[in-house]
Amino acid sequence: MNLLRTYILPRILQWALVIFVGISATFLIPRLSPRNPVDEMIGRMTAFASIDPHAVVSMRESATALFGLDGTLFDQYIRFWGRLLQGDLGVSFGNFPRKVSDIIAAGLPWSVGLLTTTIIISWTIGVFLGALAGYFHNRRWSQFLERFVVVVYPVPYLITALVLFIIFGAWLQIFPIMGGSRGEPALTWKYISTVLYFGFLPALSIVIGAIAFRFIMAKALTTTEIANDYVQYAELAAVPKRKIILFYVARNTMLPQVTDLALAFGAIFEGALITEILFAYPGLGFVLYNAIYNADYNIIMGIALLSIVGVATAMLIIDLLYPVLDPRVRLR
Amino acid sequence: MFTTIRDLIKFSPSFRFGSLILLLVAVMIVLSFFSPYEAGKLRRKVKRNQPPSATFVFGTTSQGEDVFWSTTFAVRNTLTISLIAVTIGRGIGVMLGMLSGYFGGIFDRVAQSAVESFIVIPRLPLVILIASILRGSMTMYSLGILIGLFDWAHPSKRYRSQVLSLRERDFTHTAVFSGMSTVRIVIREHLPFIIPYMLADVISGFLFSIGFEVTLSYLGLADLDSPTVGTMIYWATYYQSVFAGRAWVIIVPIVTVVLMVLGFYLMSVGLGEYLDPRKRLVRLSADAGEEAQDDDPRKEKDDVWAP
Repeated sequence: MNLLRTYILPRILQWALVIFVGISATFLIPRLSPRNPVDEMIGRMTAFASIDPHAVVSMRESATALFGLDGTLFDQYIRFWGRLLQGDLGVSFGNFPRKVSDIIAAGLPWSVGLLTTTIIISWTIGVFLGALAGYFHNRRWSQFLERFVVVVYPVPYLITALVLFIIFGAWLQIFPIMGGSRGEPALTWKYISTVLYFGFLPALSIVIGAIAFRFIMAKALTTTEIANDYVQYAELAAVPKRKIILFYVARNTMLPQVTDLALAFGAIFEGALITEILFAYPGLGFVLYNAIYNADYNIIMGIALLSIVGVATAMLIIDLLYPVLDPRVRLR
Repeated sequence: MFTTIRDLIKFSPSFRFGSLILLLVAVMIVLSFFSPYEAGKLRRKVKRNQPPSATFVFGTTSQGEDVFWSTTFAVRNTLTISLIAVTIGRGIGVMLGMLSGYFGGIFDRVAQSAVESFIVIPRLPLVILIASILRGSMTMYSLGILIGLFDWAHPSKRYRSQVLSLRERDFTHTAVFSGMSTVRIVIREHLPFIIPYMLADVISGFLFSIGFEVTLSYLGLADLDSPTVGTMIYWATYYQSVFAGRAWVIIVPIVTVVLMVLGFYLMSVGLGEYLDPRKRLVRLSADAGEEAQDDDPRKEKDDVWAP
């Protein structure tokens, strides 16, 4: 009960607040701009044909109602929430009249798949390598590894992806540089193998940066952890090194890494967006990219909304899992 | 100040390499003022698509720009954008963090929940939304402002915790009990601790801004007519330089970004080590050769145990 009041409730409140603020921001930002999407749409429609002025007036009215732009700002805001709670994100301007929710739903599984795989891979490898390098920090290989990581870590996701794209996609042509799969979607090895093959480079470009970040953190944590008495005791008691690293040291460094995973989630998500754009991977990033080019604000808004809700929820889940992992939080 | 920098260059290899790289960057910026081309008028000046040669050190682009001289302008512009972003972002962050650290109470609670919400919200989609609405009217400076407005939450949190820890130190209590005014305590006693910390923070702010500038420009959301590292990459991909065998057009800006971020990062690593007093003592007291051993935390432990 105490846990509920001091730990779980504040986090759920924070989650609700974040989503409220974020969604209000995505509502306000396009409306503060001097551009009017209704005018732009009518401009596009009347660009190559002369249309009766009365028709234009009624077109403007129906488009204003369709985009939810009639009434005062407050009215619009209330209706915006009403529609949002029904899962209605409006219609796409570029692919009129396809629904934004349908377009996003088509891209979502690709993004979620890419993100989950890369996060699991990078977290495991990063924590493991970091623990090894922190434990054996005087060895030549660990120093070499650290130098390599220091060079890779500050490089923006876009640049890593671009370099992989140029080397493996364009020059060596080992991996495809466009798309997410080949053939009819089915649960056969033939199809799944193309998914893995097409996803390899996009995943690698995210994993490299994410591993570097995890590694630096894991190494720092391990260096402080091995100063503890129990490590020395274990060494004196001739506990196998493998066991000390994996079951004593690495296990203790995992807790802060889990909390940090919640914080780093947003960054990895942004990285995934960029990677998908670059490799024309059919996830949300690519949908976003096309929307930028078509000035399709509804889709950009939908993706911004979804990413705020998604990232906040993922962080909430990780936060709520924390007491399960750390008994100290449970007992406090 | 100067002795600090000298010590850092002498004892911290990462600071040494970092400052060397940034020196190179600075040389590029200085060169941009002596460019044979006028700023903003680089296109259609030289023969298109020339590979690197003695005349054109880094070759030329499909728009008839000399890649070397564009790079000098690009480095300058990217750093200008980052400078604006860092000034705004850290300005808000420092103010908010210090105010909520010193005032506490309701102000702190409201500010903190705003900061926490802002940290969670993924910035890229929101910035893309704003930038795509402003597209066409975006300038270099508004891009800097936009990036800055999205980079204050993390710094403010860090400054707040710095202030909170400074407030609990003994010397603060001593100053308070000896009747020193609050303003004087902040200026005389606390700022000397915060300023070096700010320096390291500002440097890491540059890292973020450069990355964001490159990303937004690559998406075509920046002012595409002023050369920045990001717009160079944008035009290089626009004219398919990779597939057309004109790799130098894209490799040069990529290497420039990597060098810039690496320089800033290495410098911040060096400064961070300097700011951690335990590590600093170890570094400054040890000779270069013994460094690695003295860094070993278990070694320190042995010394404590020794009678």
